Amino acid sequence: MTTHEVHHAYEVEEDLPEAPIADESSDTIHTASWRTFRPVILLEKCTKCNVCWKFCPDDAIEFDGEGYPVIRLDYCKGCAICAEECKPKAITMVKEEE
Amino acid sequence: MVELVISGNYAQSYAAKLARVQVVSAYPITPQTSIVEKIAEFVASGELPAQYIKVESEHSAMQACISASALGARTYTATSSQGLLLMHELLHWASGARTPVVMGVVNRAVAPPWSIWTDHGDTISQRDTGWITFYGESNQEVLDTTLMAFRLAEHPDVRLPVMVTEDAFYLSHTVEPVDIPTQAQVDEFLPPRDLQFTLQPGTPTRLGSFVGPDLYMEFRHKIARAMERSRRVFLEIEEDYRRITGRSHGGLLPTYRTEGADTVLITMGTATTTAKGVVEELRERGKKVGLAKLRAFRPFPVEELRELASTVDRIGILDRSFTFGAAGSAYTEVAGALYPTPHRPLLRDFVAGLGGRDITPLTIHEIFTELLAGKGGEVTWTGLKTRKEVA
Repeated sequence: MTTHEVHHAYEVEEDLPEAPIADESSDTIHTASWRTFRPVILLEKCTKCNVCWKFCPDDAIEFDGEGYPVIRLDYCKGCAICAEECKPKAITMVKEEE
Repeated sequence: MVELVISGNYAQSYAAKLARVQVVSAYPITPQTSIVEKIAEFVASGELPAQYIKVESEHSAMQACISASALGARTYTATSSQGLLLMHELLHWASGARTPVVMGVVNRAVAPPWSIWTDHGDTISQRDTGWITFYGESNQEVLDTTLMAFRLAEHPDVRLPVMVTEDAFYLSHTVEPVDIPTQAQVDEFLPPRDLQFTLQPGTPTRLGSFVGPDLYMEFRHKIARAMERSRRVFLEIEEDYRRITGRSHGGLLPTYRTEGADTVLITMGTATTTAKGVVEELRERGKKVGLAKLRAFRPFPVEELRELASTVDRIGILDRSFTFGAAGSAYTEVAGALYPTPHRPLLRDFVAGLGGRDITPLTIHEIFTELLAGKGGEVTWTGLKTRKEVA
């Protein structure tokens, strides 16, 4: 279910649950549109230490089949904490195109 | 039924035990009280099979209660003054998430200057958090109202958190005989929570997550309606409590000697008992005075107040806190409730007893003298120490 569909299911007070409970995953809400800098991972420097994943405040890092981190760009807000914490300096922040 | 001679704090603790609370969370250091200390003893001795979560702040204590409550546990915590203020953000969370947390609060003055004595400034500051709020007059009322609070909070038409407050020292540390209902009586009155409205393991859901401007208002209106429904539900619950235990404390705005009264004083908490004695004296002298107690501050007893005001000429409000830049909160609430009515009695606000200054029969006499004369300013700080003639 997309965000758009959720809003159409609930139009007036009577449609809403009594408590603000949602049964679809928050993954449906993309929260990264205002990012200014995006993290880019240089795989040749990455040691798969997972420190970036550990420090990401928004669960915006997952792993590929080989164990390398992948930025989930629908959720990453570009805070650069991963780049700051990355010991081998494998993450650089690149300005988004206008 | 057993009669124990206990403090207001222990009255809260015994009520929580009788309610079979399942999760208690508390920050154990100042300004915490013996309420949760006694509950800790109940848990340690095995008398109360509850999970007791010690946390690093009142903010976390309330969060722990909200989370446990969302999963269906009957939860309880207690605090006072600065601790209550630190909880403020989470108080909004408890009502917004519709979790029926019950909390005991000892009314204490807010610092600085530092104080540990009775004042309603701490709880009045939480007025707009969406909590149903009661002010107790006796240890018995505190115990009974706390038991009612669980059923009210968990009622399907309400589902809001409830705060039961008691005045520092006058109740919190003063022992009085208190009838303790039997466990069988309380079990009949207060069944286990209905898990229909709680989060369910195995069914992932999000509670309290993001909502846009298109639906936020509607969620707030649901809380507003639940608070309105709580008026009727509370009266039904208190009637059921009376059926089982033989005790009732008179609804949201109990009155005393108001028959034929032309002048009424409105009080909150323990000052009420003192004022009753003065009303008795003045009645003997032929003065047509009466008393009404704001037992509930939220929901505010608007209809009860309008009915009372329709037949009187003067109403005094005794405020044990002050809203800087306005007046005492009870006064502004009473004035707001009465303005839309055709008969508007003269209103006077008396601010007294801040920071635990005693409200004695003399204080109440002074208030009635001014009120009966109908003179003076709109707001009077009764008993203020000053070189000026009028405070």
